[in-house]
Amino acid sequence: MANNKQDLIDQNLQDLNNDGVDRRGFLKCMAWAGTGLVWTMSGGIPVSRAFAKGYGKDAAKSGDFTFVQISDSHIGFNKPANPDVTATLQTAINKINAMQHKPDFIIHTGDLSQLSKPSEFDTLDQVLKGASPKQIYFVPGEHDMLSDNGDEYLQRYGKGTKGTGWYSFDQKGVHFVGLVNVANLKAGGMGSLGQDQLEWLENDLKGRSASTPVVLFAHIPLWTIYPDWGWGTDDSEQALSYVKRFGSVTVLNGHIHQIMQKVEGKVSFHTAMSTAFPQPAPGSAPSAGPMKVPAEQLQQVLGITDVNYVVSGRSLAVVDSPLGASSPLASGKETEW
Amino acid sequence: MATKNVWIAGFVAPVMLAVLLLTAASPRVKANDAANAEVKIDNFSFGPQSVTVPVGATVTWTNRDDIPHTVVSTEGVFKSKVRDTDEKFSYTFAKAGTYPYYCTIHPKMTGQIVVQ
Repeated sequence: MANNKQDLIDQNLQDLNNDGVDRRGFLKCMAWAGTGLVWTMSGGIPVSRAFAKGYGKDAAKSGDFTFVQISDSHIGFNKPANPDVTATLQTAINKINAMQHKPDFIIHTGDLSQLSKPSEFDTLDQVLKGASPKQIYFVPGEHDMLSDNGDEYLQRYGKGTKGTGWYSFDQKGVHFVGLVNVANLKAGGMGSLGQDQLEWLENDLKGRSASTPVVLFAHIPLWTIYPDWGWGTDDSEQALSYVKRFGSVTVLNGHIHQIMQKVEGKVSFHTAMSTAFPQPAPGSAPSAGPMKVPAEQLQQVLGITDVNYVVSGRSLAVVDSPLGASSPLASGKETEW
Repeated sequence: MATKNVWIAGFVAPVMLAVLLLTAASPRVKANDAANAEVKIDNFSFGPQSVTVPVGATVTWTNRDDIPHTVVSTEGVFKSKVRDTDEKFSYTFAKAGTYPYYCTIHPKMTGQIVVQ
């Protein structure tokens, strides 16, 4: 584990040396450039450091794997905040296809569509068809469940899932659970998993070794970010109580269209950028509505999340990359903790 | 029966038309409009959040956000389809009572209609 960390640092330093920038200068520069942040968990102690561009090459040892999280494509949205969300999703896919380390699969954390229209899902499918990873896992956002109790979504993306679309799968020793917290929402509440799903989750995790790394993913954050805007899940605490005994838990969410990270014990929480439009920081605007930024800045506030799982270190490294390269990452300050 | 129909067409209808025209022309004479109410959806909230109307009034909601919303009675009395930007939903309240409602997509958005 220590070696792993050292490797990363060494690699960072090596990159610095190549660039002729000292470490302090590099970190400062990276915070500005927003290339991302490596997020490593080791024995429950989170370690963060600026992301070195060569990291991916090193991580791709045998047995390790990588996946990419995309979120909130909102296909069908055409308001000023982004009149062409199909194009920015395509940019995200191009970015994934251009990765040096080929991701094993993609996770889409919901709000595939704006209005759950068949034509919107068709457009999404068309764009995703061009992604080099052929396996894509979905969970619905509230925008995907707008018609017929989510039937349109479930018919297309929910085959073999339970209830309103939850399921789990294993990949090289990591247990992934896709949860749905956007169905049957109650007046005045936030996101909700519901009793049926909680029971299923408890059973799904039961009997698994505590050393199994667990990744939970759902649309609305499974931690309370800003209740006034409904940025949380009412019954997430119960869900998280089931993963407490595991040594490595990563929670990936979307919905808030910006990067937020938190570590609580052995559980690391992370929200992804949207591929469609940014939303304001909690409480910084009258509402959570789409945020309009100058067109030339849009690609800096949209992005993808690259997750590396390194077998030897039992660690997950989460790296956010804006769609546009080498420009300020609007949410850069939120990655510090 | 035939006589009655002619009577309606010849007398009542023109009077009604005149009343309608008068109502439309004068901002002060709004017997019907005053009973009805408008709720605007702005910035993920219903405004005004609480509206009081007489029995028989029609309430019209208009979504002015860039994001779709719904208008759904908490007790299952009324339920709009998804309303995208500038789309409207109306409901006419035939019975007195308090009708809480919310947006099923963003359940933090709540409001109520009080019918007296």
